[in-house]
Amino acid sequence: MKYLSEFRDEEIVRTLLNKIRKCVTKPWNIMEVCGGQTHGLVRHGLLQMLPDQIRMIHGPGCPVCVTPVSLIDKAVELALEHDVILCSYGDMLRVPGSTLSLQQARAKGGDIRILYSPLEAVSIARQNPNREVVFFAVGFETTAPANALSVEQAYRQKLKNYTVLSAHVMVPPAMEAIMSDPDTKVDGFLAAGHVCTVMGLSEYVPLVEKWKMPIVVTGFEPVDLLEGIYMVVSQLENGEYRLENQYKRVVGKDGNRQAVDLVKSVFEYRDREWRGIGEIPMSGLFLAQKYRDYDATLKFGPLKERISEDSGCLSGDVMKGKIKPHECPHFGKGCTPEKPLGAPMVSSEGACAAYYNYATQESTE
Amino acid sequence: MNKSVKVELNCPAPVNEFDSITIGHGGGGKLTQNLLKSGVFSLLDNEWLREQGDAATIQLNGKTAFSTDTFVVSPLIFPGGTIGDLAVNGTVNDLAVSGAKPQYLSLSFILEEGLEMKLFQQILHSIRDACEEADVKIITGDTKVVEKGKGDQIFINTTGIGEMHSKSKMGMNRIKKGDAVLLSGSMARHGITIMSKRNGLEFETKLNSDTRPLHRICLELIDTFGSQIHLMRDPTRGGVANVLNEIAEQTGKGIQLNEKVLPVEDEVAGACEMLGLDPLYVANEGLFVAIVDAEIAEECIELIRKWEYGSSAVAIGKVTEDHPGKVVLHSAIGGRRVLAQATGELLPRIC
Ligand code: SF4
Repeated sequence: MKYLSEFRDEEIVRTLLNKIRKCVTKPWNIMEVCGGQTHGLVRHGLLQMLPDQIRMIHGPGCPVCVTPVSLIDKAVELALEHDVILCSYGDMLRVPGSTLSLQQARAKGGDIRILYSPLEAVSIARQNPNREVVFFAVGFETTAPANALSVEQAYRQKLKNYTVLSAHVMVPPAMEAIMSDPDTKVDGFLAAGHVCTVMGLSEYVPLVEKWKMPIVVTGFEPVDLLEGIYMVVSQLENGEYRLENQYKRVVGKDGNRQAVDLVKSVFEYRDREWRGIGEIPMSGLFLAQKYRDYDATLKFGPLKERISEDSGCLSGDVMKGKIKPHECPHFGKGCTPEKPLGAPMVSSEGACAAYYNYATQESTE
Repeated sequence: MNKSVKVELNCPAPVNEFDSITIGHGGGGKLTQNLLKSGVFSLLDNEWLREQGDAATIQLNGKTAFSTDTFVVSPLIFPGGTIGDLAVNGTVNDLAVSGAKPQYLSLSFILEEGLEMKLFQQILHSIRDACEEADVKIITGDTKVVEKGKGDQIFINTTGIGEMHSKSKMGMNRIKKGDAVLLSGSMARHGITIMSKRNGLEFETKLNSDTRPLHRICLELIDTFGSQIHLMRDPTRGGVANVLNEIAEQTGKGIQLNEKVLPVEDEVAGACEMLGLDPLYVANEGLFVAIVDAEIAEECIELIRKWEYGSSAVAIGKVTEDHPGKVVLHSAIGGRRVLAQATGELLPRIC
């Protein structure tokens, strides 16, 4: 933990806050794209420490929050009606589907297992040759390589009982969608550090050019976040727009080529629906032709019945930065982590849950 | 610092000819008798069990504390303990933080058909050792067997009785503004140890659970400081944050914590970072929170630190009249955030 402590140093934090205060003269809206960053801002109490002119907007960066209801319904259907062993990351369990969440499906007897890695799911498939094993693959570019690897492994081992229900989404197309929205208020972005560890920086260059706004690739610790904010604000104040990398200690320019190649060989990009936001062109990962035997939606067919997902949740507006979580009329009333109306109240990375759990001054007063 | 668990597998008498539990062991007949006699009674032997009556008779003096808890942990054996010592220490500690000296326990098993006899023996041995360490007697109990698939190998219920310390004057209504909030050791060790052994989540750690009895420390605190100890609680499931939230909610007072001094071992903190969990919400076993008069806070800490299990005791915050009903954490970098009550199961995050 020594490694982290220097990024949580009170002195450095104070110095950075002073630098931001000195630099800022106008109000700016900065979107942190990643849910991990939202979590960091709230967990360390950073939001109230920032000068009033800086308004942080919480982006669509929680993969759980943007997974469409139809995919959750499909996962529930697989677990309950096809008797598969459904493996998932923990966060997915509480997200409401149109009738049940996976947690409720588990209580109804579904064999639903929480895993930390899709490779674990491959070994479960190997150990249970008579059962179908489905990995519910959610996440951004960060979790995609491990998932691609699991498909690769299953392919090489000629496993016949392993498939993937892919809900993978990509961050840059979502940023593009946010900027294309005429109502958008975003002046600059903190891009998600982890995502760039894998994908590198190149995808952000066209965004910076097209929308003429600063993007700073940023980490998750208090010092990272403040440094990232400072870098965005100083560009904005100087009328500049550049791609900068605050997270150099982790993110290299080219990312992890091997991981990118693996993802690109196993998956292909297609249009994908985002919960609360709608369809975003070329933003989803689907299994490539060569691996179609490992596609759960092909093997088990499409969702039987699609139920409307209108719960009154305003997650789209939250994720596009149009409202803050506590400005949603359901926040803390009809919608709490115990009884969530929408996904952002469920996942630990979700903006509504982050606000609710760590209820900042801003959201409680 | 860690308690070493003595687990011997050489049972003093042969259990019986079965190597796993069968439905017959719960039938109340000869098999049940054999199981109890050779397995349970011989290990936990005392005058009450020898009687084998339908109820044990005891003599109680003065005010008595009474507590029950059921243990369903998985895995059954984990670094630093078993479901058996957890079941003993859990109830012992519930009595301890209530200000009582734990004396007698009941012990009930729900066994699933197919439970390996060797494993059951190992758990029984750990129960015996925990009773010896805590100086409590098991005086009554029950065993039921359920069909395969209807239980998770073994569930244990313990109920305990203890004599209240005459100087104990604890209660929510005694908590007042300015009181110090003390923690007897570092957080989240048990929860993280168990999680590191869970299917699909396994990760390497040298951690041990902190299952252990706390009554000696708790009783000495009450003996020394009497009514100045305002409340004690053991933050097991739900962690320190939930216990403090309950206190804030029930008293209508605020609790202010200082993140900088919160004791978390490096390895635990690392695992929490990795899993995206907040150590304040992770389960503990051998830990207690005490709310005490600010005047005696320093002396209390000194006293707790003299004990093996209390060597890292520390004051983590205070009771305030600001933000009534809420627990507010002053973050290490100078920010503030409200610590809310956690929701249900702790789920590791995705990336
Ligand atoms: S508070 Fe609940 S209903 Fe409102 S946007 Fe957040 S998740 Fe949706």
